[in-house]
Amino acid sequence: MKRWRLAAAVVAALHVGAASAETQLLGDPEIGEQLYIKCKSCHQVGAGAKDGIGPHLNGIFGRRAAAHEGFFYSKSMARAGADGLVWTAETLDAYLENPRALVSKTRMSFRGLKDPAERANIMAYLRAFSDNPADLPEAEPTARGTDHDLDPAILAIQGDPAYGEYLSSECLTCHQRDGSAEGIPSITRWPEEDFVIAMHAYKNKLRPHPVMQMMAGRLNNEEIAALAAYFKTLE
Amino acid sequence: MKLNRRHFIGTGAAAAATLKAPAVLADGHGKPRVVVIGGGAGGATAARYLAKDSQGAVDVTLVEPSRTYFTCFFSNLYIGGFKDIDDLGHTYGTLAAKYGINVVHDWAVDVDRDAKTVSLAGGDTLAYDKLILSPGIDFVEGSVDGWSLAAQNAMPHSYKGGSQTELLRAQIEAMPEGGVFAMVAPPNPYRCPPGPYERISMVAHQLKARNPTAKILVADPKPKFSKQGLFEEGWANHYAGMIDVIGEDFGGGNVSVDPAAMTITIDGEETSVDVCNVIPAMKAGRIAEMAGVTDGNWAPVNAVDMSTKVDPDVYVLGDASQQGDMPKSGYSANSQAKVCANAVRGALTDSRVFPAKFSNTCWSLIDTDDGVKVGATYEATDEKIAKVDGFISSTGESADLRKATYEESEGWYAGITADMFS
Ligand SMILES: Cc1cc2nc3c(=O)[nH]c(=O)nc-3n(C[C@H](O)[C@H](O)[C@H](O)COP(=O)(O)OP(=O)(O)OC[C@H]3O[C@@H](n4cnc5c(N)ncnc54)[C@H](O)[C@@H]3O)c2cc1C
Repeated sequence: MKRWRLAAAVVAALHVGAASAETQLLGDPEIGEQLYIKCKSCHQVGAGAKDGIGPHLNGIFGRRAAAHEGFFYSKSMARAGADGLVWTAETLDAYLENPRALVSKTRMSFRGLKDPAERANIMAYLRAFSDNPADLPEAEPTARGTDHDLDPAILAIQGDPAYGEYLSSECLTCHQRDGSAEGIPSITRWPEEDFVIAMHAYKNKLRPHPVMQMMAGRLNNEEIAALAAYFKTLE
Repeated sequence: MKLNRRHFIGTGAAAAATLKAPAVLADGHGKPRVVVIGGGAGGATAARYLAKDSQGAVDVTLVEPSRTYFTCFFSNLYIGGFKDIDDLGHTYGTLAAKYGINVVHDWAVDVDRDAKTVSLAGGDTLAYDKLILSPGIDFVEGSVDGWSLAAQNAMPHSYKGGSQTELLRAQIEAMPEGGVFAMVAPPNPYRCPPGPYERISMVAHQLKARNPTAKILVADPKPKFSKQGLFEEGWANHYAGMIDVIGEDFGGGNVSVDPAAMTITIDGEETSVDVCNVIPAMKAGRIAEMAGVTDGNWAPVNAVDMSTKVDPDVYVLGDASQQGDMPKSGYSANSQAKVCANAVRGALTDSRVFPAKFSNTCWSLIDTDDGVKVGATYEATDEKIAKVDGFISSTGESADLRKATYEESEGWYAGITADMFS
């Protein structure tokens, strides 16, 4: 912990120039890596990380909100970026504490972390992936996408977005179109594969939620693919 | 209520959208016309989906007297002090401005199914190719001895949104110390099966905080009620000794009230009460009966598209319909509206019609962060909307799960109101 604080201080002095504020907010990266389990089903990080349900988080420190090219952000996040929100230890701390308090209609379906120490640890872990792009550490989360045993034939089904649009009306009673996530997670703009895997996990009762088990339970493989195809493109 | 004026809503874009509403159309009209009566859970959803999905190919008129729709869903949470009245109000501006729906703030007073026209209280006539009715409920006169609509200020039903809900909360707040709150629960079928019992929970929550020696007395004509085990567990946990439910077996169905004397008589025993919430027996909103599509208290419909049994061009959604297994809820009305909108659009344009799928979930709040839910999926059979699969919260769930369930209900409220109005 001590060692890290020192290293972070040096890094911060070099890159950000706001050493004291930042070091106070960073914790233990090793504990942070354990806590990152809460984040990794949506956010990849480390060498080879790609965007998924959420954007990858390499280089997040010092980046303007909604500035990462190729990811489709919520309107609310885009507005925050345009208004000048930049991800620093302070702003990330506030966002992790209560995402919707900082960015009201963010699609990030996360209740927030009350404990400042937990936030500090996660940020310390993430900080390492914001340094030099040439030597980004490998991180376990890049392996995700293979941790399911869904038949590849099911994943290969091309969904019919027009049918998906009709079926989606049933989802939209609870899940908001624009992706705002208040007590019910956003499903807008998910990558198709993540969507299909999640729905089959409910259908097969591997994920616990009773409403979703019931909804997914009566959708066939084509219908799930159709929904995935539709939600992927939702503006 | 003033019935003699016709209002258009809004300013700017909203006004521009409403101005192109043709009041009476001659024959040989261009676009197909749909008139939707009632801008609640069923009607607002149907109008929105029809207009949104047909992208201008269908002319949609929504007739609704109120400028602000106050949801009944979450009205119990207002009574419990968890919501403000403003949280429950929604307006029609976006439906007009964004989707070009002609929103007409007026009452429909008659339907001529031969001429295919709707008469409005303000004197205008609207012609339709397809008519969708989602007027909610009205009360069966004489169903509670001694009570009539004229007594609704002394003994509120609070089973329609808005001022009735506010009145009941004000009366609860004004109860004397150690006073009695009475409820006459309704017979089946009625809107929102867990509604009366969620209300009892919310009243108990208020009284426990401000008037802990007060009592709640319930006369219930039914042998059992929705989520009974969950409510009884919650009442024992949170409100022990406050709530007395007199069910069918103890004469809970043998009730009369006297609104002038503020008394309730249950199975021959008279009690003086401070607040009396009378929830009478229900029937389809009156306009369904005037349209001649009801049989008894409700309007029988075909499950595939919610068209009435008597007229393929008239559809009934939500509480007013008699469709089979779905409970009368906002969620159900919203679900039925989407199936109906898809079918109506398919019939009027040549858009694809997909198979009917329905679902419902009803969340109830028992006390702070103690939420429960019940839900099911449904399909259309030749005979009715039939239940496929369902679930219910269990007794003895963890506090974390109950809290998550409550938070989920808030998400649902935001979701369904966006799905109706935004
Ligand atoms: C206390 C309470 C709690 C509830 N909680 C829930 C809940 O948690 N979840 C849930 O899903 N449901 C809940 N409900 C049930 C839900 O409110 C109804 O089932 C739902 O509103 C039905 O929708 P609807 O379209 O049939 O009728 P409504 O939503 O009542 O809409 C009918 C509309 O038609 C209009 N109208 C009527 N007659 C005419 C006419 N002649 N001309 C023009 N307009 C007319 C009315 O002004 C009204 O706006 C609750 C109900 C109550 C009373």
